Amino acid sequence: MTHEIRETAPPNEPENNWRQYFKFNTDHKAIAVQYMVTAFIFFLVGGLLAMLIRAELITPALNVVDRPLYNGLFTLHGTIMIFLWIIPFNAGISNYLVPLMIGAQDMAFPLLNAISFWMIPPGGILLISSFLLPNGTAQSGWWSYPPISLQIPPGQPINGECLWIISLVIIGISSIMGAVNFVTTIFWMRAPGMSFFRMPVFVWSALSAQLLQLINLPALTGALILLLLDLNFGTQFFKPLENGDPIIYQHLFWFYSHPAVYIMALPAFGIFAEVLPAFSRNPLFGYRSLAVASLGIALVSIFVWVHHMFTSATPSWMRILFMFTSMLVAVPTGVKAFGWTATIWKSKLHLETPMLFAMGGAAMFLLGGVTGVMLAAVPFDIHVHNTYFVVGHFHYIVFNTITMAIFAAIYFWFPKITGRMYAEGWGKLHFWLTFIGANLTFFPMLPLGLQGMVRRISSYDPQYQDGNVISSLGAFLLGVSTLPFIANMVGSWLYGQRAVNNPWHATGLEWTTTSPPPRNNFAEIPVVKRPPYDYGNPKYSVIEPTESDEQRRREIWER
Amino acid sequence: MNRRTIYIDESPIRFERWRKYLPSWLKRFLPSGGGNAEDHHGKAIFGFIVFLLSESIIFLSFIFTYVALRLTHSQHWLPPGISGPQLSTLVLINTVVLLSSSLIVQSAENALQHSRLNQFRWLWLLTIGMGSYFLIGQGIEWSKLDFGLSTGLVGSTFYLLTGFHSLHVLAGVIFMVTMLVRSFFPGNYHQGYFGVSAATLFWHFVDIVWVFLFSILYLWRD
Ligand code: HEM
Ligand SMILES: [Cu+2]
Repeated sequence: MTHEIRETAPPNEPENNWRQYFKFNTDHKAIAVQYMVTAFIFFLVGGLLAMLIRAELITPALNVVDRPLYNGLFTLHGTIMIFLWIIPFNAGISNYLVPLMIGAQDMAFPLLNAISFWMIPPGGILLISSFLLPNGTAQSGWWSYPPISLQIPPGQPINGECLWIISLVIIGISSIMGAVNFVTTIFWMRAPGMSFFRMPVFVWSALSAQLLQLINLPALTGALILLLLDLNFGTQFFKPLENGDPIIYQHLFWFYSHPAVYIMALPAFGIFAEVLPAFSRNPLFGYRSLAVASLGIALVSIFVWVHHMFTSATPSWMRILFMFTSMLVAVPTGVKAFGWTATIWKSKLHLETPMLFAMGGAAMFLLGGVTGVMLAAVPFDIHVHNTYFVVGHFHYIVFNTITMAIFAAIYFWFPKITGRMYAEGWGKLHFWLTFIGANLTFFPMLPLGLQGMVRRISSYDPQYQDGNVISSLGAFLLGVSTLPFIANMVGSWLYGQRAVNNPWHATGLEWTTTSPPPRNNFAEIPVVKRPPYDYGNPKYSVIEPTESDEQRRREIWER
Repeated sequence: MNRRTIYIDESPIRFERWRKYLPSWLKRFLPSGGGNAEDHHGKAIFGFIVFLLSESIIFLSFIFTYVALRLTHSQHWLPPGISGPQLSTLVLINTVVLLSSSLIVQSAENALQHSRLNQFRWLWLLTIGMGSYFLIGQGIEWSKLDFGLSTGLVGSTFYLLTGFHSLHVLAGVIFMVTMLVRSFFPGNYHQGYFGVSAATLFWHFVDIVWVFLFSILYLWRD
């Protein structure tokens, strides 16, 4: 039996108050939209840089940009995608969902929340403006290893590297303030009856990610302060020629930046845990294990950072130890993947756009995770370190998994956020373009890396050209794929069909309030009496079902 | 809106059962199963403590850098002719003043808790004075040293650690001055006094950090 899962009806006219998004606003829902839209604009900028990189790599020779500019392109591409796309977007979607999902009226510290957001645009603009400097942007990659990052022309106190550091410190402070806010919100603002084991898995994974921010991000801030002192103030922490030690920077950097991959990935896992049950009409399989696995992933990921330093003169006992811990991450991660699969197993799937993106993302996470475990093996990593294999691995995670999850979340909660439905056909088109484009772009990188193509180079041996051409074509396809998305979002927000409160018949407190929710989210603070994810169990519903709700449920599901 | 505390928790660890045996300061970290949104003071202090814990990681990263550099570069640690930081009476007096100010600031907070506003102001002012004394002492120590920021690893790390710590002392002093000024506006503290509690906590934090810095900077001899 196939029937439309989505329900549309024209309820009350939502107010058209777009002006609130351009103001200093303390409503968590407005801040969330500000975060998400800002992050998406940075995503477009980062994507543009990526297409320039791919344009250069169509041919083996150097013919589109010069070398310093090429270095700047990949440095800013990586920095923007991580620090200005995924992390702020996750802050945005968590900002929207966490208070709603736990039945709170706002975040714990609304003013702090607004301040955290307003640090992002200046940080980003400062970073991008370094293209205007006489010597261009930072050029040493997103990890900015000394001594390369300290090699700047003398007599230029204001240089790309220095702007890079300052903007990252600004974004980092914003993230810390956000994390304080999220953790306090989750601990203190839960509605009566919303115990820890009634929180949706998205809240668990947001909590885990934010705890990682609090524990690990300060190490990056510390490292950046030291780097800035070395760069501009004559200290010698990381200068090998003056007895400093660049390896210490690597430790501090990866102590943050490995957990950072989970700061980015955990909210994506949370999104899968919300979308997959809703469109397979099954309760989430193993709710408690998935909830605890989020914390488990966070915990283990604190102790794996040296797998990025297997070739940095690391002593072998350390290599073996961190090989072991890195493979250990696969255990809680495997629990997650198993839970998702079991949730959709043997169920009637409703393949709406959010579900397509979630399933596509979860499936591609398999390849990302497997290549990750491969890389964790020291002998293999020594072979492919700094090749395109690594680039392929992490793009399968950051694009093919996380960015796909982000799109799933946008489509899934679009009706809630805007009070309008998006256009399904355009959404599906967007999905297929993205899915095909992503695999065309990132799959060829894996064999290229195995054959020895080094990363971060602008010209290469002609034997690698075929794979690079495919990859570049895929990248342009990805560029094209954002067009139907943007058209859909803008068009639907302005002219889309009105959405009902719960168009997907999903469980979760956010669906019990109006679309869009009122300023304080709930007319009355809800009292939670039921576990989450009670799909298919008619005796459960998150709020007490009213007469008409029950009627509607029966009409739709028992046909 | 009423505050409804509902004690249900199906966590396997049976959180609510053993929660009631905890000391009250620990309960603060482990709020019960929802319905706490109205406890604004507890919420704000919780957030502030989370922030301080996070902030301490920056200090840890600096301390890690110092220890790692010193252990791996002991033969180049002091450039020729440089004697490094000395445990002088100046430093000792400074340390004693800073550490004892922790007691003063705590009794200031207690005074406010018992609504003795004037006593609070005097003790608070005394803490501010002791903090400023420490800052001046730190400045004098810097001016007497025979090395600068770019004098080898010893200079880089010493000025980094003491400088970053002094910035925190300065922030604490400014924070306390703000709270002192606020105390003269009627009605500011009638509903709890988050700012004063936070400043007190911050001051303890600055002191604890100094204990660690003092040990590794002045007491560690090769
Ligand atoms: C089973 C889990 C995973 C394991 C064992 C793993 C392992 C590794 C290893 C060993 C490297 C270093 C390769 C090298 O430089 O030689 C690496 C690189 C990387 N991984 Fe993973 N990974 C896993 C999951 C993830 C996830 C979930 C993400 C992102 C959310 C991620 C993002 C990255 C990134 C960004 C890099 C490259 C950093 C760079 O060199 O610039 N990985 N991974
Ligand atoms: Cu890693």
